[in-house]
Amino acid sequence: MSTDLVLLAVLMAAVTYPSRALPLLAPGIERLPSAALLYLRLVGPAVLASLAAANTLVVTGPGDARSLQVGVETVGVLACLVLVAWRRNLFLGLVVGVGIVVVVRAAGG
Amino acid sequence: MASTGSDRPDLAAARRQLLLDTAGIAVAVAGFGFVFGLAARNAGYSPIEAAAMSTIGFAGAAQFAAVGYVSAGLPWLPIVVLTLVLNLRHVLYSASLAPHLRHVPVLHRAAMAHVLTDEAFALSAAHFHRLGRTDVGGYWIGAILGVFVPWNVATLAGVLAGGAVPDPTAFGLDVVFPAAMAGLAIGLVTGRREAVAAGSGAAIGVVASLAVGPALGIMAGGLAGPLLGMATPPGRSAAPTVHSGIPVHAEAPIPLPHDEVDVDEALEELGDLPPDDGGDGPASRGATP
Repeated sequence: MSTDLVLLAVLMAAVTYPSRALPLLAPGIERLPSAALLYLRLVGPAVLASLAAANTLVVTGPGDARSLQVGVETVGVLACLVLVAWRRNLFLGLVVGVGIVVVVRAAGG
Repeated sequence: MASTGSDRPDLAAARRQLLLDTAGIAVAVAGFGFVFGLAARNAGYSPIEAAAMSTIGFAGAAQFAAVGYVSAGLPWLPIVVLTLVLNLRHVLYSASLAPHLRHVPVLHRAAMAHVLTDEAFALSAAHFHRLGRTDVGGYWIGAILGVFVPWNVATLAGVLAGGAVPDPTAFGLDVVFPAAMAGLAIGLVTGRREAVAAGSGAAIGVVASLAVGPALGIMAGGLAGPLLGMATPPGRSAAPTVHSGIPVHAEAPIPLPHDEVDVDEALEELGDLPPDDGGDGPASRGATP
Protein backbone atom coordinates (compact mmCIF):
# COMPACT_ATOMS: atom_id res chain seq x y z
CA MET A 1 0.00 0.00 0.00
CA SER A 2 1.46 3.35 -1.07
CA THR A 3 2.44 5.88 1.58
CA ASP A 4 4.17 8.46 -0.64
CA LEU A 5 1.49 11.07 -0.12
CA VAL A 6 1.84 10.91 3.66
CA LEU A 7 4.82 13.22 3.24
CA LEU A 8 2.65 15.63 1.26
CA ALA A 9 0.12 15.57 4.10
CA VAL A 10 2.92 16.44 6.53
CA LEU A 11 4.05 19.32 4.32
CA MET A 12 0.48 20.61 4.08
CA ALA A 13 0.22 20.44 7.86
CA ALA A 14 3.55 22.23 8.20
CA VAL A 15 2.23 25.27 6.32
CA THR A 16 -1.23 25.16 7.90
CA TYR A 17 -0.32 24.71 11.55
CA PRO A 18 1.52 28.04 12.01
CA SER A 19 -1.57 29.95 10.86
CA ARG A 20 -3.62 28.12 13.44
CA ALA A 21 -1.12 28.17 16.27
CA LEU A 22 1.09 31.26 16.23
CA PRO A 23 -1.40 33.83 17.58
CA LEU A 24 -2.78 31.25 20.00
CA LEU A 25 0.68 30.52 21.38
CA ALA A 26 2.06 34.05 21.25
CA PRO A 27 3.00 35.30 24.71
CA GLY A 28 1.62 38.56 26.05
CA ILE A 29 -1.73 38.42 24.31
CA GLU A 30 -3.30 39.65 27.55
CA ARG A 31 -1.17 42.78 27.40
CA LEU A 32 -2.62 43.94 24.09
CA PRO A 33 -4.14 47.41 24.10
CA SER A 34 -7.88 47.53 24.62
CA ALA A 35 -8.42 48.68 21.05
CA ALA A 36 -6.62 45.57 19.79
CA LEU A 37 -8.80 43.37 21.98
CA LEU A 38 -11.90 45.09 20.62
CA TYR A 39 -10.61 44.48 17.10
CA LEU A 40 -10.14 40.79 17.87
CA ARG A 41 -13.63 40.61 19.31
CA LEU A 42 -15.04 41.94 16.04
CA VAL A 43 -13.00 39.54 13.91
CA GLY A 44 -15.46 36.71 14.68
CA PRO A 45 -18.61 38.19 13.14
CA ALA A 46 -16.62 39.81 10.32
CA VAL A 47 -14.71 36.75 9.13
CA LEU A 48 -17.66 34.38 9.46
CA ALA A 49 -19.89 36.77 7.52
CA SER A 50 -17.16 37.16 4.91
CA LEU A 51 -16.80 33.39 4.65
CA ALA A 52 -20.54 32.87 4.31
CA ALA A 53 -21.04 35.65 1.77
CA ALA A 54 -18.09 34.68 -0.41
CA ASN A 55 -19.08 31.00 -0.38
CA THR A 56 -22.65 31.87 -1.33
CA LEU A 57 -22.21 34.65 -3.86
CA VAL A 58 -18.87 34.06 -5.57
CA VAL A 59 -18.54 31.23 -8.05
CA THR A 60 -15.21 30.20 -9.52
CA GLY A 61 -15.53 28.71 -12.97
CA PRO A 62 -13.14 27.22 -15.48
CA GLY A 63 -9.89 29.09 -15.85
CA ASP A 64 -10.29 30.58 -12.38
CA ALA A 65 -12.91 32.97 -13.74
CA ARG A 66 -14.94 34.39 -10.88
CA SER A 67 -18.47 35.69 -11.07
CA LEU A 68 -21.25 36.89 -8.81
CA GLN A 69 -24.09 34.40 -8.42
CA VAL A 70 -27.45 35.06 -6.82
CA GLY A 71 -29.53 31.93 -6.93
CA VAL A 72 -31.41 29.48 -4.80
CA GLU A 73 -28.31 29.03 -2.64
CA THR A 74 -28.58 32.67 -1.64
CA VAL A 75 -32.23 32.17 -0.77
CA GLY A 76 -31.36 29.12 1.33
CA VAL A 77 -28.62 30.92 3.24
CA LEU A 78 -30.82 33.99 3.78
CA ALA A 79 -33.65 31.78 5.03
CA CYS A 80 -31.25 30.18 7.50
CA LEU A 81 -29.99 33.61 8.54
CA VAL A 82 -33.48 34.96 9.16
CA LEU A 83 -34.53 31.88 11.11
CA VAL A 84 -31.44 31.95 13.30
CA ALA A 85 -31.92 35.66 13.98
CA TRP A 86 -35.58 35.10 14.76
CA ARG A 87 -35.62 31.75 16.55
CA ARG A 88 -31.97 31.64 17.63
CA ASN A 89 -31.82 28.03 16.49
CA LEU A 90 -29.07 27.09 14.03
CA PHE A 91 -30.26 23.55 13.47
CA LEU A 92 -33.72 24.70 12.44
CA GLY A 93 -32.16 27.31 10.16
CA LEU A 94 -29.97 24.73 8.46
CA VAL A 95 -32.83 22.29 7.95
CA VAL A 96 -35.05 24.93 6.38
CA GLY A 97 -32.25 26.54 4.34
CA VAL A 98 -31.02 23.27 2.90
CA GLY A 99 -34.58 22.03 2.45
CA ILE A 100 -35.43 25.01 0.26
CA VAL A 101 -32.38 24.40 -1.92
CA VAL A 102 -33.01 20.67 -2.26
CA VAL A 103 -36.68 21.15 -3.16
CA VAL A 104 -35.97 23.88 -5.73
CA ARG A 105 -33.16 21.87 -7.33
CA ALA A 106 -35.33 18.75 -7.42
CA ALA A 107 -37.98 20.80 -9.16
CA GLY A 108 -35.44 21.78 -11.76
CA GLY A 109 -34.84 25.28 -10.45
CA MET B 1 -34.62 26.09 31.80
CA ALA B 2 -31.37 26.08 33.64
CA SER B 3 -29.86 29.41 34.42
CA THR B 4 -27.18 30.89 36.59
CA GLY B 5 -29.59 33.40 37.96
CA SER B 6 -28.25 36.07 35.65
CA ASP B 7 -29.29 36.14 32.01
CA ARG B 8 -26.53 33.67 31.11
CA PRO B 9 -27.25 29.98 30.61
CA ASP B 10 -25.42 27.51 32.79
CA LEU B 11 -22.76 25.23 31.36
CA ALA B 12 -25.04 22.26 30.80
CA ALA B 13 -27.64 24.32 28.94
CA ALA B 14 -25.03 26.04 26.81
CA ARG B 15 -23.41 22.72 25.94
CA ARG B 16 -26.76 21.24 24.95
CA GLN B 17 -27.15 24.08 22.49
CA LEU B 18 -23.57 23.59 21.35
CA LEU B 19 -24.23 19.90 20.69
CA LEU B 20 -27.31 20.76 18.65
CA ASP B 21 -25.33 23.28 16.57
CA THR B 22 -22.50 20.77 16.26
CA ALA B 23 -24.84 18.05 14.98
CA GLY B 24 -25.93 20.13 12.00
CA ILE B 25 -22.36 20.92 11.05
CA ALA B 26 -21.16 17.36 11.61
CA VAL B 27 -23.63 16.07 9.02
CA ALA B 28 -22.27 18.40 6.36
CA VAL B 29 -18.66 17.75 7.35
CA ALA B 30 -19.25 13.99 7.11
CA GLY B 31 -20.82 14.41 3.69
CA PHE B 32 -17.85 16.32 2.34
CA GLY B 33 -15.40 14.00 4.10
CA PHE B 34 -17.02 11.06 2.34
CA VAL B 35 -16.79 12.81 -1.01
CA PHE B 36 -13.14 13.59 -0.30
CA GLY B 37 -12.50 9.92 0.46
CA LEU B 38 -14.12 8.85 -2.81
CA ALA B 39 -12.24 11.50 -4.78
CA ALA B 40 -8.96 10.52 -3.14
CA ARG B 41 -9.50 6.87 -4.03
CA ASN B 42 -10.29 7.77 -7.63
CA ALA B 43 -7.12 9.88 -7.72
CA GLY B 44 -5.06 6.87 -6.65
CA TYR B 45 -4.62 7.59 -2.95
CA SER B 46 -4.24 4.56 -0.72
CA PRO B 47 -6.40 4.48 2.44
CA ILE B 48 -3.33 5.36 4.51
CA GLU B 49 -2.59 8.38 2.33
CA ALA B 50 -6.18 9.59 2.39
CA ALA B 51 -6.34 9.14 6.15
CA ALA B 52 -3.03 10.99 6.57
CA MET B 53 -4.40 13.90 4.56
CA SER B 54 -7.42 14.15 6.82
CA THR B 55 -5.71 13.58 10.17
CA ILE B 56 -2.32 15.25 9.66
CA GLY B 57 -3.11 17.76 6.93
CA PHE B 58 -6.69 18.34 8.11
CA ALA B 59 -7.00 21.14 5.61
CA GLY B 60 -10.47 20.89 4.05
CA ALA B 61 -10.55 22.77 0.77
CA ALA B 62 -6.80 22.35 0.33
CA GLN B 63 -7.25 18.58 0.47
CA PHE B 64 -9.71 18.72 -2.40
CA ALA B 65 -7.32 20.92 -4.36
CA ALA B 66 -4.52 18.45 -3.67
CA VAL B 67 -6.60 15.59 -5.06
CA GLY B 68 -6.98 17.45 -8.33
CA TYR B 69 -3.32 18.41 -8.49
CA VAL B 70 -2.05 14.94 -7.58
CA SER B 71 -4.30 13.22 -10.12
CA ALA B 72 -3.08 15.71 -12.75
CA GLY B 73 0.49 14.78 -11.91
CA LEU B 74 1.48 18.28 -10.82
CA PRO B 75 4.44 18.79 -8.48
CA TRP B 76 3.92 19.17 -4.75
CA LEU B 77 5.18 22.73 -4.39
CA PRO B 78 2.07 24.41 -5.85
CA ILE B 79 -0.07 22.22 -3.60
CA VAL B 80 1.84 23.30 -0.51
CA VAL B 81 1.75 26.98 -1.52
CA LEU B 82 -1.96 26.77 -2.27
CA THR B 83 -2.55 25.14 1.11
CA LEU B 84 -0.69 27.98 2.80
CA VAL B 85 -2.76 30.63 1.04
CA LEU B 86 -6.07 28.83 1.52
CA ASN B 87 -5.49 28.44 5.24
CA LEU B 88 -4.05 31.87 6.06
CA ARG B 89 -7.43 32.95 7.39
CA HIS B 90 -6.88 30.68 10.38
CA VAL B 91 -4.57 33.39 11.71
CA LEU B 92 -7.68 35.47 12.33
CA TYR B 93 -9.45 32.68 14.19
CA SER B 94 -6.41 31.96 16.30
CA ALA B 95 -5.87 35.62 17.15
CA SER B 96 -9.53 36.10 17.97
CA LEU B 97 -9.61 33.14 20.36
CA ALA B 98 -6.20 33.79 21.91
CA PRO B 99 -7.33 36.29 24.58
CA HIS B 100 -9.96 33.81 25.78
CA LEU B 101 -7.60 30.87 25.97
CA ARG B 102 -4.58 32.54 27.53
CA HIS B 103 -5.12 30.70 30.82
CA VAL B 104 -4.90 27.31 29.05
CA PRO B 105 -1.49 25.55 29.32
CA VAL B 106 0.67 26.08 26.26
CA LEU B 107 0.80 22.42 25.22
CA HIS B 108 -2.95 22.23 25.49
CA ARG B 109 -3.26 25.33 23.28
CA ALA B 110 -0.82 23.78 20.81
CA ALA B 111 -3.11 20.76 20.54
CA MET B 112 -6.18 22.96 20.21
CA ALA B 113 -4.55 24.78 17.29
CA HIS B 114 -4.39 21.65 15.14
CA VAL B 115 -8.17 21.31 15.09
CA LEU B 116 -8.91 25.02 14.66
CA THR B 117 -11.05 25.09 11.53
CA ASP B 118 -13.73 27.44 10.22
CA GLU B 119 -16.40 25.37 11.90
CA ALA B 120 -14.51 24.89 15.17
CA PHE B 121 -13.97 28.63 15.43
CA ALA B 122 -17.57 29.45 14.61
CA LEU B 123 -18.96 26.92 17.08
CA SER B 124 -16.64 27.87 19.91
CA ALA B 125 -17.01 31.63 19.44
CA ALA B 126 -20.80 31.29 19.48
CA HIS B 127 -20.62 28.96 22.49
CA PHE B 128 -18.32 31.24 24.49
CA HIS B 129 -20.58 34.14 23.70
CA ARG B 130 -23.71 32.29 24.74
CA LEU B 131 -22.12 31.03 27.91
CA GLY B 132 -20.53 34.33 28.77
CA ARG B 133 -17.12 32.85 29.42
CA THR B 134 -14.52 30.50 28.01
CA ASP B 135 -15.28 26.77 28.02
CA VAL B 136 -12.30 24.70 26.92
CA GLY B 137 -14.37 21.52 26.96
CA GLY B 138 -16.88 23.20 24.68
CA TYR B 139 -14.10 24.06 22.24
CA TRP B 140 -13.15 20.40 22.03
CA ILE B 141 -16.77 19.32 21.60
CA GLY B 142 -17.19 21.55 18.55
CA ALA B 143 -13.76 20.85 17.08
CA ILE B 144 -13.67 17.10 17.63
CA LEU B 145 -17.30 15.99 17.46
CA GLY B 146 -18.31 18.57 14.89
CA VAL B 147 -15.36 18.36 12.53
CA PHE B 148 -12.38 16.14 13.25
CA VAL B 149 -14.19 12.86 13.92
CA PRO B 150 -16.83 13.11 11.17
CA TRP B 151 -14.26 14.34 8.64
CA ASN B 152 -11.86 11.50 9.33
CA VAL B 153 -14.40 8.71 9.73
CA ALA B 154 -16.14 9.79 6.53
CA THR B 155 -12.82 10.04 4.67
CA LEU B 156 -12.02 6.46 5.58
CA ALA B 157 -15.52 5.34 4.65
CA GLY B 158 -15.21 7.05 1.27
CA VAL B 159 -11.79 5.73 0.40
CA LEU B 160 -12.72 2.20 1.45
CA ALA B 161 -16.18 2.20 -0.13
CA GLY B 162 -15.10 3.31 -3.58
CA GLY B 163 -17.57 4.02 -6.33
CA ALA B 164 -18.46 7.12 -8.25
CA VAL B 165 -18.03 10.50 -6.63
CA PRO B 166 -21.48 11.94 -5.98
CA ASP B 167 -22.23 15.59 -6.43
CA PRO B 168 -22.70 17.12 -2.95
CA THR B 169 -24.96 19.74 -4.44
CA ALA B 170 -27.54 17.04 -5.14
CA PHE B 171 -28.07 16.81 -1.37
CA GLY B 172 -27.77 20.52 -0.71
CA LEU B 173 -24.56 19.92 1.24
CA ASP B 174 -22.90 22.86 -0.49
CA VAL B 175 -25.33 25.19 1.24
CA VAL B 176 -24.82 23.85 4.76
CA PHE B 177 -21.39 25.39 5.22
CA PRO B 178 -22.20 29.01 4.23
CA ALA B 179 -25.58 28.80 5.96
CA ALA B 180 -23.97 27.56 9.16
CA MET B 181 -21.29 30.24 9.04
CA ALA B 182 -23.93 32.91 8.44
CA GLY B 183 -26.08 31.59 11.26
CA LEU B 184 -23.20 31.46 13.70
CA ALA B 185 -22.07 34.93 12.63
CA ILE B 186 -25.52 36.36 13.35
CA GLY B 187 -25.30 34.80 16.80
CA LEU B 188 -22.22 36.93 17.44
CA VAL B 189 -23.92 40.14 16.34
CA THR B 190 -24.92 41.68 19.64
CA GLY B 191 -24.66 45.37 18.90
CA ARG B 192 -24.08 48.00 16.29
CA ARG B 193 -20.35 47.46 16.13
CA GLU B 194 -20.67 43.73 15.55
CA ALA B 195 -23.39 44.34 12.95
CA VAL B 196 -21.21 46.77 11.04
CA ALA B 197 -18.21 44.45 11.29
CA ALA B 198 -20.27 41.54 9.95
CA GLY B 199 -22.02 43.51 7.21
CA SER B 200 -18.90 45.21 5.97
CA GLY B 201 -16.90 41.99 6.32
CA ALA B 202 -19.43 40.24 4.08
CA ALA B 203 -19.47 43.03 1.50
CA ILE B 204 -15.70 43.40 1.41
CA GLY B 205 -15.29 39.62 1.35
CA VAL B 206 -17.47 39.30 -1.75
CA VAL B 207 -15.90 42.22 -3.63
CA ALA B 208 -12.37 41.14 -2.75
CA SER B 209 -13.13 37.50 -3.60
CA LEU B 210 -14.29 38.56 -7.04
CA ALA B 211 -11.11 40.59 -7.48
CA VAL B 212 -8.40 38.35 -6.03
CA GLY B 213 -10.06 35.02 -5.27
CA PRO B 214 -11.90 33.67 -2.23
CA ALA B 215 -8.83 32.65 -0.21
CA LEU B 216 -7.54 36.20 0.09
CA GLY B 217 -10.93 37.85 -0.32
CA ILE B 218 -12.35 36.19 2.77
CA MET B 219 -9.31 37.32 4.73
CA ALA B 220 -9.76 40.87 3.46
CA GLY B 221 -13.32 40.89 4.78
CA GLY B 222 -12.21 39.47 8.10
CA LEU B 223 -9.42 42.04 8.45
CA ALA B 224 -11.25 45.17 7.26
CA GLY B 225 -14.70 44.49 8.74
CA PRO B 226 -13.57 44.92 12.36
CA LEU B 227 -11.92 48.26 11.53
CA LEU B 228 -15.25 49.62 10.31
CA GLY B 229 -16.95 48.12 13.35
CA MET B 230 -14.48 49.91 15.62
CA ALA B 231 -15.20 53.19 13.87
CA THR B 232 -18.89 52.79 14.67
CA PRO B 233 -20.31 54.19 17.91
CA PRO B 234 -21.59 51.43 20.20
CA GLY B 235 -25.31 50.87 19.91
CA ARG B 236 -28.01 50.84 22.53
CA SER B 237 -28.74 47.81 24.66
CA ALA B 238 -31.45 45.51 23.51
CA ALA B 239 -33.65 43.16 25.42
CA PRO B 240 -32.30 39.68 26.13
CA THR B 241 -32.91 37.28 23.29
CA VAL B 242 -33.66 33.60 23.55
CA HIS B 243 -31.55 30.93 21.90
CA SER B 244 -33.55 27.74 21.89
CA GLY B 245 -34.65 28.31 25.42
CA ILE B 246 -31.36 29.85 26.46
CA PRO B 247 -31.60 33.58 27.11
CA VAL B 248 -28.71 35.60 25.83
CA HIS B 249 -28.35 39.29 26.50
CA ALA B 250 -28.21 41.05 23.19
CA GLU B 251 -25.43 43.47 24.05
CA ALA B 252 -23.08 41.28 26.03
CA PRO B 253 -19.74 40.54 24.37
CA ILE B 254 -17.83 37.35 25.06
CA PRO B 255 -16.37 38.08 28.48
CA LEU B 256 -12.71 37.42 28.85
CA PRO B 257 -11.70 34.75 31.32
CA HIS B 258 -10.71 35.35 34.91
CA ASP B 259 -9.60 38.85 35.75
CA GLU B 260 -9.17 40.04 32.21
CA VAL B 261 -10.25 43.57 31.41
CA ASP B 262 -13.51 43.98 29.53
CA VAL B 263 -12.85 45.92 26.35
CA ASP B 264 -15.81 48.25 26.65
CA GLU B 265 -15.06 48.85 30.29
CA ALA B 266 -11.51 49.73 29.40
CA LEU B 267 -12.64 52.03 26.63
CA GLU B 268 -15.08 53.67 28.99
CA GLU B 269 -12.29 54.25 31.47
CA LEU B 270 -10.30 55.83 28.69
CA GLY B 271 -13.15 58.18 28.02
CA ASP B 272 -14.26 56.69 24.72
CA LEU B 273 -17.69 55.98 26.11
CA PRO B 274 -19.58 58.24 28.43
CA PRO B 275 -20.73 56.21 31.44
CA ASP B 276 -24.42 56.66 30.75
CA ASP B 277 -24.59 56.70 26.99
CA GLY B 278 -26.95 53.82 26.64
CA GLY B 279 -24.16 52.04 24.84
CA ASP B 280 -22.84 48.58 25.40
CA GLY B 281 -20.86 49.51 28.48
CA PRO B 282 -21.36 47.71 31.76
CA ALA B 283 -24.06 50.08 32.98
CA SER B 284 -26.41 49.14 30.18
CA ARG B 285 -25.30 45.54 29.76
CA GLY B 286 -27.09 42.71 31.44
CA ALA B 287 -25.55 41.11 34.47
CA THR B 288 -22.59 38.95 33.57
CA PRO B 289 -20.71 36.54 35.78
